[in-house]
Amino acid sequence: MPETLKIRVLVRPKRGILDPQGEAVRGALPALGFDGVKTVHVGRLIEMEVESADEVEAMCERLLANPTVEEYEWEVVR
Amino acid sequence: MNIGVTIFPGSNCDRDAMRAVELVGATPVQLWHADPDLKNVDAVIVPGGFSYGDYLRPGAIARFASVMGEVERFANAGGPVLGVCNGFQVLTEAHLLPGALLQNMNLRFVSKRVRVRVEARDTPWTAACESGEELMLPVAHNEGNYFADADTLARLEDESRVVLRYLENPNGSANDIAGVCNEARNVVGIMPHPERVSDDLLGSDEGLKILRSVLVGAGV
Repeated sequence: MPETLKIRVLVRPKRGILDPQGEAVRGALPALGFDGVKTVHVGRLIEMEVESADEVEAMCERLLANPTVEEYEWEVVR
Repeated sequence: MNIGVTIFPGSNCDRDAMRAVELVGATPVQLWHADPDLKNVDAVIVPGGFSYGDYLRPGAIARFASVMGEVERFANAGGPVLGVCNGFQVLTEAHLLPGALLQNMNLRFVSKRVRVRVEARDTPWTAACESGEELMLPVAHNEGNYFADADTLARLEDESRVVLRYLENPNGSANDIAGVCNEARNVVGIMPHPERVSDDLLGSDEGLKILRSVLVGAGV
């Protein structure tokens, strides 16, 4: 049986790009009494099981993230 | 003239677009997402809707549908392509148009008529409009907030590639941009829906000017 790797990809809005969703969450936290929250960014977590990690970078570039507005990082989950 | 209308799972403006194509005197042709060719159409409309459920990002999955490979070839060969709403999102994801459409600034789905100004009439989809003409067109979207980096925005303005501009910005778009074209000017993406104002029964037929333009450009 081929090996299975677990991959975790984190995608989030690029720095400097308006993130109205993050802003809305940041605005909501003090209303619940959570003070001192300076910034919030909302991103997306993608988990995959793959046979090889060779093409994960290409998957991120071509589909999982939109490099125009998003940045991503990924790791093999041990 | 035959005008193709692409249909992905989740497209919902394809019928309206085809009806509007008929109303301007052209022949609509359905282009199914799995079709391997464009059936020799003379122009292509990528209509609005929620292709593939807007999963991942609006347009991100549709952009890899088999018909889109043909649309890319057609566009790169100079063929007129119009993306409306979700179609605009698909064309940015396909890198046929610059920039991206982010979530509306106020986080709300916006559905209303807005006034836009025709800023460039030297495209196949605005040739029947007057320069500076104001149109009242419906918008209905959650991700219509046009974004491009500062260099790209400056270039779009310098090259007069902002095709439609909002007179009242409904979504936070940079520079009030409602539509742009590519460098060759044959590919246009707009957030407003011309097909939804294509008959007096719908309150107005102002949208037909956009769709009729492609016939003017072709000398029909």
